[in-house]
Amino acid sequence: MSAMFILIGASLLVAVGFLFAFFWAAGSGQYEDGYTPSVRVLFDDEKPDKD
Amino acid sequence: MQQQLETFKYDNRIVRNFVYASVLFAAIGMLVGLLAALQLVYPSLNLNLPFTTFGRIRPLHTNAVIFAFVGNAMFAGIYYSLQRLLKAPLFSRALSEFHFWGWQAIILAAAITLPMGLTSSKEYAELEWPIDIAIALVWVAFGVNMIGTILKRRTEHIYVAIWFYLATWVTVAMLHIVNSLAVPVSLTKSYSLYAGVQDALVQWWYGHNAVAFFLTTPYLGLMYYFLVKAANRPVFSYRLSIVHFWSLIFLYIWAGPHHLLYTALPDWAQSLGTVFSIMLIAPSWGGMVNGLMTLRGAWDKVREDPILKFMVVAVTAYGMATLEGPMLSLKNVNAISHFTDWTVAHVHVGALGWNGFLSFAMFYWLLPRMFNTELYSKRLANIHFWIGTLGIIFYAVPMYWAGWTQASMWKQFDEAGALQYKNFLDTVTQLKPLYMLRAVGGTLYITGFFVMVYNLWKTVAQGKFVAEEAAQAPARGHQTTANEFWHRVLERRPMQLLALSFVAVAIGGIIEFVPTFLIKSNIPTLQAVKPYTPLELEGRDIYIREGCNNCHSQMVRPFRSETARYGEYSKAGEFVYDHPFLWGSKRTGPDLHREGGLRNNDWHFKHMYDPTITSEQSIMPRYPWLYTSKLDASLTAAKIRAMQTLGVPYEKGFDQVAGEALAKQQEDVYGAISKETMDKFQQTFGLTVGKDAEIIALIAYLQRLGTDIKTPPSAQSTTR
Repeated sequence: MSAMFILIGASLLVAVGFLFAFFWAAGSGQYEDGYTPSVRVLFDDEKPDKD
Repeated sequence: MQQQLETFKYDNRIVRNFVYASVLFAAIGMLVGLLAALQLVYPSLNLNLPFTTFGRIRPLHTNAVIFAFVGNAMFAGIYYSLQRLLKAPLFSRALSEFHFWGWQAIILAAAITLPMGLTSSKEYAELEWPIDIAIALVWVAFGVNMIGTILKRRTEHIYVAIWFYLATWVTVAMLHIVNSLAVPVSLTKSYSLYAGVQDALVQWWYGHNAVAFFLTTPYLGLMYYFLVKAANRPVFSYRLSIVHFWSLIFLYIWAGPHHLLYTALPDWAQSLGTVFSIMLIAPSWGGMVNGLMTLRGAWDKVREDPILKFMVVAVTAYGMATLEGPMLSLKNVNAISHFTDWTVAHVHVGALGWNGFLSFAMFYWLLPRMFNTELYSKRLANIHFWIGTLGIIFYAVPMYWAGWTQASMWKQFDEAGALQYKNFLDTVTQLKPLYMLRAVGGTLYITGFFVMVYNLWKTVAQGKFVAEEAAQAPARGHQTTANEFWHRVLERRPMQLLALSFVAVAIGGIIEFVPTFLIKSNIPTLQAVKPYTPLELEGRDIYIREGCNNCHSQMVRPFRSETARYGEYSKAGEFVYDHPFLWGSKRTGPDLHREGGLRNNDWHFKHMYDPTITSEQSIMPRYPWLYTSKLDASLTAAKIRAMQTLGVPYEKGFDQVAGEALAKQQEDVYGAISKETMDKFQQTFGLTVGKDAEIIALIAYLQRLGTDIKTPPSAQSTTR
């Protein structure tokens, strides 16, 4: 069972990291461009056969 | 800022191979499923062979469909879209090949070992430990290949679909490793590291998230690529896709305990599972709404294009299943649905509708493109669509009906306050017509599938395969200003994204595990509960080998209808030596947790040879080989030692004398079977059964089940 405790300990460390990362991500404005990526995906296949 | 265009090639071969493998194993997985369905109507279809009985066939069906059909389809879709979204060929051709052949080898190993009865008994994780290690290795190869491709990408932005792929990879890796931890006894036998309640919690934490992260998140990713491409419309809301991604992976990991409502799992953990399951409606429907709304203004296309039709039904099925799931997680609903065919209906709406139909749509879309041709017949695809949809309805409706019928019959009391349907079998025979209808639904679905196979085959035949697809894109610049670093920093850093996904899913696991593992008071220790004797342990392993847990639960829930039928409800402390737990998730037959002492050895002896001797109309398979095979006790000592390693308190050196104890108990169990029964077996079946037959061990185990706490209450104590 000791493996379980090691795993929990490691996970807990990562968990704390997540809390910080979450605020960091939310404050970093990564949701600002919520449109262009959705359009860009549609163009992908048009380009290659130009050659 | 104009950069040099780079020319590179997309690898279509690996995509095609995964599509072919997926189609092949879909055929096998579905046909095996149909066999299992028919076995419940015609028990003779178990063929009286060990390899073809329901208990071994059912895991073969689930594994083939989940890991071979859906797994291969997922890899095909991921490898196709990943290259194009990132404008980069796959990281390593060698890894791709290793991934492909490794995965097929694992499937082959599963197809051989599961019918042989080599199983851990843990649902959707039945494969034994050497195969588990192989899965981990291949999964790592997949991850390295995917992350390597992301690192070598030519686009700055990482599209939302890839986030789903990454979350899939991280979480499945973690789930698989944690749930598969076991102590090996031999190359083909191991015991779960966890016992009883803890094993159940780990298993359903895995089991539920196998659904979440093997059948859901990758398919949402595929939806965000293939639906958008097929409709040629930008996704309804990119912002919504981001929000529902994070909330989905954060919430899903907590929901596992809803598979254990009203069991011996601590109540707080059950409630936690329920609460998070309800919350899951929001992100799940976020995905569904986003998918369906993408088609706004394009419904005219849906009328024309069979691919979009498949996708619409797939996403709708996803929406229905993800509303139904939270409803089934309510304790009052679960009290009715659990252990019945309602669950079977629920998962098949997801599997046939969501995974099946989205896979089919993807195949129809992919193959003509990779073979530089048109789909051979749109009409056949439309026919497939309608037969398939009818198949889903004919499958699901009878199963809902069966679930409600059986649950109602289980719970029905007569005016005198006694169970109306005291004989469990009455609640089974009632379902036979519905089981037959379900088989009809399955047949329809498979028929549609073969129409697709023909259509795809003709498409491939008329086209010319483009193994390498040339593409051009500018190299990715590395100029990052301080401002940009904070701007969309997450989506530009795949490794951080990976770490974050891992953390998000880990939190859920930790909160549930830590208290249960650390706070002993969650599991009251019952002093009366003792480890299994060597013979019972061997009998238990036969029970696992034959997959009895696929049809019989060992968990009496604290309801009047259950205690009246089975006896005292199950306590957590009764399972502390159960490596693995065998609570089951479906009652095609009655619960067995209080089976010990309920019937005499003669009854069991007759019943297992041919259930219709003791229970006319029973649909249980026959187990004649248990009477002719001798119990292999060569591993008994090793099994005792493995159990000692796991903390089961056998006396030191017990492994040395285990053989004697086993032989002694064989005498006792055998001796308790009447001479009349033995003579009758000899006369009727020409069968002389020895005391070392496997059936004796199985009877020993069954007669032990749930008997520990039948001692007077004064002998018990709890640490609570």
